[in-house]
Amino acid sequence: MADAAPGLRPRPISPQIQLNGGIWRWHLTMVASILHRATGVALYGGALLLMLWALSLASGADAYAVFTGLAGSILGKIALFGLTLCAFYHLGNGVRHLAWDSGYGFKPKTATTTAWLVMAFAVIATLLFWGLLGMSGAL
Amino acid sequence: MAVIRSPLGRARGMGSSKHGVGHFIAQRVTAVALIFLVLWALASSVSLAGGDYESAAAWLRSPINAGLACLLAFAAFWHMQLGMRTIIEDYFARPATKAVCLLLNIFLCWAAGALTILSILKVALSTSGVSV
Repeated sequence: MADAAPGLRPRPISPQIQLNGGIWRWHLTMVASILHRATGVALYGGALLLMLWALSLASGADAYAVFTGLAGSILGKIALFGLTLCAFYHLGNGVRHLAWDSGYGFKPKTATTTAWLVMAFAVIATLLFWGLLGMSGAL
Repeated sequence: MAVIRSPLGRARGMGSSKHGVGHFIAQRVTAVALIFLVLWALASSVSLAGGDYESAAAWLRSPINAGLACLLAFAAFWHMQLGMRTIIEDYFARPATKAVCLLLNIFLCWAAGALTILSILKVALSTSGVSV
């Protein structure tokens, strides 16, 4: 736009490249939608970890000890904590999607409120779950 | 050959749209099933975490646990195959790349699902002390 001819108004540009002062901005329902897909991809990996759990269990006590050793390591716990967060988010937002499929919750205000609710649910449920794990003496 | 069917007739579900909703419905059915199965799995994992091989194997020898675990694997691998399919269709424009990714996704999900369910059954059907 810098070399526009004098006297010419700047030409209109697409909303997604109007970074400042444009009509485009991040909003919560968009973040919620992107997170749904991102957590889904993460859980794809989580399901493969579930397969490794079953495979190691079927392979005997030694293989299972290797699996639980890796899962119980610091890195393993961080990964499992992240996957728990992804699972609760995807589950909560999945219910939100099912409500939409049934025709409920489409008003912008409602959609924003439910997005906040799902995020809060994911965080609280994850902390409660790991709190339970801690109390059971598994950590 | 003349097309006898009217646009309205096709829109009423007499055309290919009759079959086009398979993905949509399967995604929702597995989603509803997974709400319950995942909550059950998370609850079970609290008692399984920190346990040794024998406690995990004994847990899987219960037909209820083994059955629900197989259902969880079936629903989860089906659901994630459908979800990843949508992502691949969204982001890969080249037909060849798209086809290869779609094939890999289908093969990976079916293979992982089969391995998981067969592993569960192997442990579930074994008797204590004779397994491995």
